[in-house]
Amino acid sequence: MLQFILLFSRQGKLRLQKWYTTQTDKSKKKITRELIAAVLSRKPKMSSFLEWKDLKVVYKRYASLYFCCAVEQDDNELLTLETIHRYVELLDKYFGSVCELDIIFNFEKAYFIFDEFILGGEIQETSKKSVLKAINDQDVIQEEELEEKRSVLEDLGLA
Amino acid sequence: MPNIRGDAMRGLAVFISDIRNCKSREAELRRINKELTNIRQRFRADKTLDGYQKKKYVCKLLFIFLLGHDIDFGYMEAVNLLSSNKYTEKQIGYLFISVIMNSSSEMKQLIIQNIRNDIQSRNPIFINLALQCVANIGEREMATAFTNEIPRLLISGDTIDPVKQSAALCLLRLHRTSPDSLQLNTEWTARIIHLLNDQHLGVATAAVSLIDALVKRNPDEYKGCVNLAVSRLSRIVTSSYTDFQDYTYYFVPAPWLCVKLLRLLQNYPPPDDPSIRSRLNECLDTILNKAQEPLKSKKVQHSNARNAVLFEAINLIIHMDCESTLLVRACNQLGQFLQNRETNLRYLALESMCLLAASEFSHEAVKKHQETVINALKSERDVSVRQRAVDLLYAMCDRSNAEDIVQEMLTYLETADYTIREEMVLKIAILSEKYAVDYKWYLDIMLKLIRIAGDFVSEEVWYRVIQVVVNRNDVQSYAAKIAFEALQAPACHENMIKVAGYILGEYGNLIALDPRSTPMIQFELLHSKYHLCSPTTRSLILSTYMKFINLFPEIKQHVQDILRHDSNFRSSDVEIQQRATEYLRLSEICSPTVLATVLEIMPPYPEKQSPLLVRLKQKKPLMEAEPSGETPTTPGAHTDDGPKLADTAIHLNQQHQQQQQNGLLVSLDTIESNGHYNESTSYSLPSSSVPSAAPLQSAKKLLFKNSDIIFENDIIQIGIKVEIMKSILRVEFYYGNKTNSNLTNMSSSISLADELDPDLRINMEPIKSSIDPKAQIKQAGTIECIKDYGNLPKMNVAFFYSNVPQKIDFPLPLYINKFIEKAEMDSNNYFLRWRNLDKPDQECQKIFPAKFPMNHNECSQKLDSFGWSDLAGIDVNADNFCGAGILHTTAQQIGCLYRLEPNKQAKMYRLTIRTSKGGVAARLAELLEDQF
Repeated sequence: MLQFILLFSRQGKLRLQKWYTTQTDKSKKKITRELIAAVLSRKPKMSSFLEWKDLKVVYKRYASLYFCCAVEQDDNELLTLETIHRYVELLDKYFGSVCELDIIFNFEKAYFIFDEFILGGEIQETSKKSVLKAINDQDVIQEEELEEKRSVLEDLGLA
Repeated sequence: MPNIRGDAMRGLAVFISDIRNCKSREAELRRINKELTNIRQRFRADKTLDGYQKKKYVCKLLFIFLLGHDIDFGYMEAVNLLSSNKYTEKQIGYLFISVIMNSSSEMKQLIIQNIRNDIQSRNPIFINLALQCVANIGEREMATAFTNEIPRLLISGDTIDPVKQSAALCLLRLHRTSPDSLQLNTEWTARIIHLLNDQHLGVATAAVSLIDALVKRNPDEYKGCVNLAVSRLSRIVTSSYTDFQDYTYYFVPAPWLCVKLLRLLQNYPPPDDPSIRSRLNECLDTILNKAQEPLKSKKVQHSNARNAVLFEAINLIIHMDCESTLLVRACNQLGQFLQNRETNLRYLALESMCLLAASEFSHEAVKKHQETVINALKSERDVSVRQRAVDLLYAMCDRSNAEDIVQEMLTYLETADYTIREEMVLKIAILSEKYAVDYKWYLDIMLKLIRIAGDFVSEEVWYRVIQVVVNRNDVQSYAAKIAFEALQAPACHENMIKVAGYILGEYGNLIALDPRSTPMIQFELLHSKYHLCSPTTRSLILSTYMKFINLFPEIKQHVQDILRHDSNFRSSDVEIQQRATEYLRLSEICSPTVLATVLEIMPPYPEKQSPLLVRLKQKKPLMEAEPSGETPTTPGAHTDDGPKLADTAIHLNQQHQQQQQNGLLVSLDTIESNGHYNESTSYSLPSSSVPSAAPLQSAKKLLFKNSDIIFENDIIQIGIKVEIMKSILRVEFYYGNKTNSNLTNMSSSISLADELDPDLRINMEPIKSSIDPKAQIKQAGTIECIKDYGNLPKMNVAFFYSNVPQKIDFPLPLYINKFIEKAEMDSNNYFLRWRNLDKPDQECQKIFPAKFPMNHNECSQKLDSFGWSDLAGIDVNADNFCGAGILHTTAQQIGCLYRLEPNKQAKMYRLTIRTSKGGVAARLAELLEDQF
């Protein structure tokens, strides 16, 4: 089971965090700090896995962003790497060649994609089409609701 | 401005841009504070804020929180958003509480009410939002609140697939947080299992995770999933990747589902049904075959996904541990990976091979790769890969290759990364002891170890060296010789001085005839190091000097001079001062015969599990543990694990207090000590352990102890102490009079459940007829176990107190485990026996929730004190415990094997016991099921 996922930049700035176990804010901050330092100190040729406390950490760098997952001892490391990759693909498809800025400005979308893809620390849906459809459906509703809002405002002569 | 999807909240985007444009941390903070003030005012003043604005502000708060700032308001507005009928507002509300909420209780109820409304709504996208929120927060209250609704969604025919997926994982999260408050109706079991067959691969994928967790809790109830999992797996691995459309990932069909199914199957032994079993074997065979096919794509995703399935299949093969061809094939496949240019694959192959090395079928196959692994140790650039190589060498070591492997590890140790040195030292120490044919070799290795990595030699390591020397007569003179030689080095590690000091104190006489190491030379050599040492080491050396007085009366004068010296006699260190004073006095007033008795050579240590193995298990601290990872040692638990440098003053003090607390029964607590002197105090008072540490206390008295108080009221205290000799127990009862008058007409008897066909033969000496005020009497005898029994014997004690007759009856807590003797065996032997005990009544399995914090060492101690062995390294999972014992009865010897598997997540244990005599397993399991 995934324990948590962190996205952070090469400069060590946390961009996104998703926790699947209950932790206090304090311990979240501590774990984040330690883990970012541990991952950033790794050299390029090293394996993508890290023994960390009683967890295994699997990470991969995509351009300027590190994607880092902590899983349990009996979880499958290679598959976790591909879980990361699938998430990156989802972001990429949704934003159209995703970059760090997309995630900063649309952090809520990044979270929504997580919730469609992974829930409670386990993979919920591996089909790229299904996940993207769910997210696009959300966007359609958002558009509709915006339309509604605009038309209300127009009715009031405020638009 | 980057791509903003939906162009929803302009204000938010502007704010984020502002933050990004801040030139300094201070500027950023100013901008954030300004925004916080603004939002706070808006929330407070403007009651007419519309949903959109609330949403926007809540989102800004979220962003500020994610930047690492604390957010202490806005919760109410977020909760308000939950009841909006606009999806996007609801969604942001849910996001906020999922990410930030450390909710107060009244808020919690409100949230739960909102979630309930959404779950009951007809709109699946609302239902899903609510389910996702529950899965993200997963609190106990939610488990209780939705114990019916969510399972219904999962199994109902009307639910659409995406909701089913969310419901499955939502249940899983609740199950993990509070397994006891989530009660799943057993009628649902079959329908839940059948989700494995769901046409929708997404539903099946989500469901396997849930089923896996449910199986861990209740394997029997969910047994039916094995069959379904095997057939689903078989359909996937045998079909072409084109059959699965979007569920094919880089030419690999449904890798996530495959891996989950393979993991699910690792909860069970190999299927009994031959047709299912052969179908499973075919699957595994196919997966191994596919690994040999040329890659379908150069993309790393393809090979990763393929190998992810392969590694999981290998895990299952190792778990089943019965198909030797599969095991050997797996080993060969991993052998190829050892040479792969992908670091990840080398790392994982080394890791998996460790497990293969533990199987009797593949151990030899793993050994073929010894050279490659040693090379990895020398040439890998990644320290974590080297670490794996060390682990594998450790796992593949046996008598045939121990000398080479230990040598290679020693060589590597000199240049090894600091982070792994301590663990390596432990491993070298364990291997060289375990596989020593010649203990001289062992000692050479150990001294070399201390010499090259002294800083990383933990106490346990050098304690153990001494234990081994004390217990083996044949190496003592050799030990003295090399210890003496080691001390001659100009720079000597303090741990070396400790070991050498201790050994010379015990066995220096064995080399004293050699003119190169006469008593005086030994003494002077040791003393030349004295001033460089820490106070603890000096204390130890003072004991050695004292022992020299006994061994070599001719240097008594010199030792006394040292003891008398101000730096010792008036040392600022209390321990040193006390030792110097006491030793000096002892040497002055005692006759040589008394000295010879007091300073007698150490008796052998009892053979116990090597403390090194315990230490090695400790090496990986848990996440919740303090960063240093050191678990505090429990007093009493270590009584005879090694020579102690107990603080004399405190020690005496404790004993004193204890004497008062325990009243008459003080002597009972000395049982644990077996003549091992606590350095300085043993001659004056028998050493005494602090009352056992709390975790060992059990409602079932004597279950984990050999002495205890079994009855106490205002008048009398009755204690027991037992000593085990196979099927016979030597028993001593202690009756203590707590009053100020005599207890008279004492009588005591033990009655059995079935007098005609007794399970026990009891032979106690007659009890003295009276006990003086505040005094204690002892009654000794033997109890023999004729056959295994379940009912406890009854103890009946009667006496007169101030002429009033008193009668006391209570069950004598003499559980059957007292007749168990530890058995050591290697893993081959263990599993061979395990498999042979396969009749239904030979096995008993219990699954029970943890009653105590799940601490590995405490469990290990309990199992050890229960009477059977705790064998490390048998189970592939280092968290599990395995061990064996022989239950001695006059009628027969009953072999007992056990396996205890903790599940930290669910806070549960699974205990499986197999015994050669039917029914005994159940009795033993009953004794233990509420003890962890």
